[in-house]
Amino acid sequence: MDIQAYIDSGILELYVAGQLNEQENEEVFQLLRKHPELLQEVLEIEAAVVKLTAAVSPKPSAYIFELIKKHLGLGTTETKVVTMEQPTKTNWLSYLSLAAALLLTVGLFWSINKNNDLKNKISDAEVENSYLNIQVENAKKELVATENILKAIRGKDVIAVPLGGQGEFASTYAKVYWNKKENQIYLDAQGLPDAPEGKVYQVWSLTLDPLTPTSLGTIDDFNADDTKIFNIINANESQAFGITLEPEGGSNTPTMEQLYTLGVVSAS
Amino acid sequence: MQLETLVVNFQKKDEKAFEELYNMYSESMHGVIYNIVRDAAIAEEVMQDIFIKAWHKSESYDASKGRFFTWMLNIARNAAIDKVRSKDFKNAKKNLNSDFFVDILETSESLDDKTDAIGIKKYVDILQEKCKKIIEYLYFKGYTQKETSEELNIPLGTVKTRNRNCINELRRLVLD
Repeated sequence: MDIQAYIDSGILELYVAGQLNEQENEEVFQLLRKHPELLQEVLEIEAAVVKLTAAVSPKPSAYIFELIKKHLGLGTTETKVVTMEQPTKTNWLSYLSLAAALLLTVGLFWSINKNNDLKNKISDAEVENSYLNIQVENAKKELVATENILKAIRGKDVIAVPLGGQGEFASTYAKVYWNKKENQIYLDAQGLPDAPEGKVYQVWSLTLDPLTPTSLGTIDDFNADDTKIFNIINANESQAFGITLEPEGGSNTPTMEQLYTLGVVSAS
Repeated sequence: MQLETLVVNFQKKDEKAFEELYNMYSESMHGVIYNIVRDAAIAEEVMQDIFIKAWHKSESYDASKGRFFTWMLNIARNAAIDKVRSKDFKNAKKNLNSDFFVDILETSESLDDKTDAIGIKKYVDILQEKCKKIIEYLYFKGYTQKETSEELNIPLGTVKTRNRNCINELRRLVLD
């Protein structure tokens, strides 16, 4: 084997760096045993790297090794055994019991802590759970309500009456679904803005000849209602529907300047 | 005493051998750790830990798998990297923007430590730029040949020969 070529390949430098695989390491190790000049080379490489890395160090404190020895319980001088034995034993025992007591206390605190933690977590989960239950209930109710509305407005006998925006309220709109048989209307008022403070929307049933308005009532919860669909009793022979904005409590006759939407029931 | 015997005795929990090995390698390990953590006190702490670990795990060292120095070097690098990644270290807001051991020269004054600036200066001034890098990667950082070749953007085979040349240069410097 060409020792010099082997050295020149640079494998020994990588060996010292620890960058060879297990098999290569084993090979180098065997060769080092056979060829002292290879070992010498490795020692020199190692020495150079040790020097360089050490040069980077802001010299470590001299007492570190003492700390290490202390930590490992090394370098303790041997004690005279006979007289020391008894007290040592007692000490040992009392230290041990102290340690045990401490451990127990710490352990106890730890488990109390842990327990409290878990309890908190459970009650958090319970709160979360009941909150979710409420949400599920609400969703169910909403679904039933929506289904009812759908059923109501899809019925065979239901007349749909679009109400168009009037005058300065031209951009507003509404729809009335009227079930004549059941004397009910569903008012879809999504196209109306929120009622200003102190005012309410009032729904009117109208006969046209002569023009006679009949109040169907005010929508007091307009702003709060999300669906903006309102169920109203209507036993009148309505020919048209209108919505006006009135002072809270409603008016006896519609304020025509505040007529938002109006729609005529098409003759069927 | 032969290094080999020293290591064997150390593995038999011989305190004298342990102390000798400590004297041989503690500064080197401290340098490697310091290069990673950049704080002399923390580096001391980690260095202390790795020698304690080495004592406890001495039987796990196997000469056929590599040099004792290399074994220690691995333990030191890993411990230092673990330290840098640890929470308390991050909380201590260490700013590790200087990557190379050569940078220690520039940062040492502000760090107010005992860096032997003259000692390291000797190497930093004379070593070629490409040598500083390859030595940094392979020995200080423990990069593999592949990682080193990627980092330096040189062919894999070149890592081996270039490193050989660089270590030769270093050896000449050490002999001076």
